Amino acid sequence: MNAIIFSAILGVVMMFTGIFTNKKSVITLTAIVALVILLTVNLLNSYGLFSIQIDTKDLLHFNKMGMFFNTLVIGATLVFVLLSGTEIEKLGDKTADYYALIFFVLCGTAILTSYNGMLMLFLGIEILSIPLYILTGSDKHNLKSNEASLKYFLMGAFTTGIMLMGIALLYGATGSFGMGSVGAGALPPSSGVQGPAFLQVAGLLLLFAAMCFKVSAAPFHFWTPDVYDGAPSVFTSFMATIVKAAGFFAFIKLFASNANLLGPTWNILLSFVIVATLLAGNITAVFQRSIKRMLAYSSIAQAGFMLFALYSNNDLAAEGILLYTVAYCLATIGFFAILMKVKDYTFDGFNGLASTQPVLAFVATICLLSLAGIPLTAGFFAKYYMLASVVKAGGPIWIVIVAVLFAAVSVYYYFKVIQSMYFKEGQPETSQITPQFKLGLLMVAAAIILVGVLPSIVLNWFYF
Amino acid sequence: MITLLLILIPFVAGLIAFALKQGSSAKTFALLASIATLAIALAAVFTPGTLGYDTAWLNSLGSRFTLKADGMAKMLSLLTAIAFPLIFTAVFHNEYKKSASFYGLMLLSQAGLMGVFLASDALLFYFFWELALIPVYFLCSIWGGEKRIAVTFKFFVYTFIGSLLMLIGLLFMYFNTADQSFSIESFYAVKLTASQETLMFWLFFIAFAIKMPIFPFHTWQPDAYEQSPTATTMVMSGIMVKMGVFAVIRWILPMFPNAAAQSANLVIILSIIGMIYASLIAIRQDDIKRMIAYSSIAHIGLICAGMFTNNSTAMDGVMIQMFSHGVNVIGLWIIADLIEKQLGTRSMNQLGGLAQKAPGMAILLVVMALANVALPLTNSFIGEFLLFNGLFQYNMIMAAVAGISIILAAVYTLNMVQKVIYGNLNATTEQATEIPFNIKLALIIITLLIIVFGVFPQPLLDLTGDSVSALFVKK
Repeated sequence: MNAIIFSAILGVVMMFTGIFTNKKSVITLTAIVALVILLTVNLLNSYGLFSIQIDTKDLLHFNKMGMFFNTLVIGATLVFVLLSGTEIEKLGDKTADYYALIFFVLCGTAILTSYNGMLMLFLGIEILSIPLYILTGSDKHNLKSNEASLKYFLMGAFTTGIMLMGIALLYGATGSFGMGSVGAGALPPSSGVQGPAFLQVAGLLLLFAAMCFKVSAAPFHFWTPDVYDGAPSVFTSFMATIVKAAGFFAFIKLFASNANLLGPTWNILLSFVIVATLLAGNITAVFQRSIKRMLAYSSIAQAGFMLFALYSNNDLAAEGILLYTVAYCLATIGFFAILMKVKDYTFDGFNGLASTQPVLAFVATICLLSLAGIPLTAGFFAKYYMLASVVKAGGPIWIVIVAVLFAAVSVYYYFKVIQSMYFKEGQPETSQITPQFKLGLLMVAAAIILVGVLPSIVLNWFYF
Repeated sequence: MITLLLILIPFVAGLIAFALKQGSSAKTFALLASIATLAIALAAVFTPGTLGYDTAWLNSLGSRFTLKADGMAKMLSLLTAIAFPLIFTAVFHNEYKKSASFYGLMLLSQAGLMGVFLASDALLFYFFWELALIPVYFLCSIWGGEKRIAVTFKFFVYTFIGSLLMLIGLLFMYFNTADQSFSIESFYAVKLTASQETLMFWLFFIAFAIKMPIFPFHTWQPDAYEQSPTATTMVMSGIMVKMGVFAVIRWILPMFPNAAAQSANLVIILSIIGMIYASLIAIRQDDIKRMIAYSSIAHIGLICAGMFTNNSTAMDGVMIQMFSHGVNVIGLWIIADLIEKQLGTRSMNQLGGLAQKAPGMAILLVVMALANVALPLTNSFIGEFLLFNGLFQYNMIMAAVAGISIILAAVYTLNMVQKVIYGNLNATTEQATEIPFNIKLALIIITLLIIVFGVFPQPLLDLTGDSVSALFVKK
């Protein structure tokens, strides 16, 4: 509860800082302090030391996993603001509002980690999405940003409609918004129907499509490249990591208990989505010239891997999705922070970065290695857990083999950046780089390697 | 503790090397570090029994940091430990841009190799398997020849796909262990159905076959050897290919004996095809480096065929030949590098008459060449003899066909000797000078190793005897 309440309050506080000061660095500092406060209250909540109790009529249900996930997301946001706060300041004079929107996104995230019914799921998704439509269009003099925002908004609104339709059908079938309503045991006893009702299946499939859209799983991924490419890089970084992870959490939470309703069809459906997502993400990423666009497709590809958690749906998957969140957020936020410092977003724009900016190139390499899932980086264990959970669940080996072959494809485009930085000559233009920024990057790299060597650090923390 | 030091010294030294000033300090430091590793490796070899080290690592995953050095592991870590000082000595006067990073990466790859040979935990093995690969990727891509980026990337993707397939195999085995553990003993104890065993066999074998490389997974190899800086090529062909051979003996044969026996015919036939095919291509090569690369495929093919014959004679041969091939091929690369550095060409047709200008080099080249042909009194004669003996017991026809490669080896190797050191001097070879001291030193040590183990191979056989007998007792 703490996370929901405080993120909303702090969001409002951030909005008002814009009235009291015009100094952008002060606003960023306030945001950092606010994030630390949010992190602290959430931690206090998860250790059971201090929590605000409100009777939510069982609409929200708080558990350790959800609160731990909040911690990860807030922590990732903190890293994001520390590394890229100066980039947010560069975007027009509405800095305070941007931060406020980020806090509202966190509020949506906190609802998504604790919802206990369709109603709250819907609210969480909307609270999460609406600020993003605005953030995407925040570079308002840039046509691409406007286009991206409009596209995102229209498609997002349409998906919301589909989602609501699904919820309505489920309500029609079971007469309840509760989580249990979608469970197999929730059939009205009087109906006399064996197995799930038609409305239930239809409703679940609509929900599935809507959630696939939110996490950009194929074939509902078409908005992703344009929106990620058009949005200001700093917000792309935020959307591609924190928001996406939250979407995944909600997705898994929703289907973990209801998937059995669809019977064996569920596995076929999900295998199709996983393979399609891996295919669409990886193969298209190979052909990109712009690194930012490549990262958009790679985020689709990573989503394909994260979907394995949904497929296997066991304890390893739960640990895995947490680890994946950490690994993926750290690497992507770190890499985007570097990308924003380089003027030219094409691969050639990175040529020779290793000789002009060795620290940036080194950290970028660690991030890319992690994204590619090379051992000794956090990304390896993220992928490892995903594959392990499928093998443990007795899933077919072929789908694991397909996944690793696509992982090998992903090496191609991640390593193309490394090749540009290290093996090609050039004089890349970079903006001003402060020692603090370098230090922050090095700490991100250290964290990636630390988690890669001892993933138990994250997981022990989860189990306390 | 000794086993841990074998990994730790090169690893820490590698990290320190990055921080050193660019220039000569790095190479001296790397040489000293590798000599220290050699001393530890010798200590390990002369310590009887199996050495081990064990500490907690990823408990929640059922993986521990377990190292174990039996005879085979000791022999290969000795090979690794000998190879690096030799390489560093031989390239001592080569100038590398950013030399500190170069030597740092070299030492890191040594740590990875040592780890592969010593790891006794599947996940740890996987980690080291990759740790050995990544530095080599950077070494080849930064310091390699013209086409280095594409070629090295091909090499990387090949081996990475192999590694990932192996990872699936590891996971599958892990969930079938009785105690949910990655330890090698638990893996050995897993009981699989026949079809599962076959699937697992191929998942692992493809990874190792790419590394060796075995026909038809070899296409990355000649290009990679040619384009890499020679110091790295030495590591790749001298030691890294042994990773594949070693891994088959350590992991595949004890884990999947039935599948290995079933697939033996296929694997041996592939190996023999590779041997003949690579030998024939080697004959047609004009570039010295490419010739050595193809000859290397042929030799490894024989080792691979021997491994699957399922008899201890051949396995003894595999052990000897792993060591011998490692040493000999490094010798050949050193000479190839010397010629290239001095005369600026690797084309045999442009060379000739070097015996007149550099008699010392000519003698040493002949020694290396004869060892490559496996002439009696050289170390590889012992290995190849045992391998052919074992292959003969397995299947006479296969042995006869494989035997053609001996003749072919003589053809391409002696052809190279003839073109390079005999004949008349020409404009290019006029500039040749006698071999520098550091290279001479490295080559003389290799010559000694060739002759000593060629005449008296028993110490090597004794050293690896326990691994071989363990393999056959288990069956």
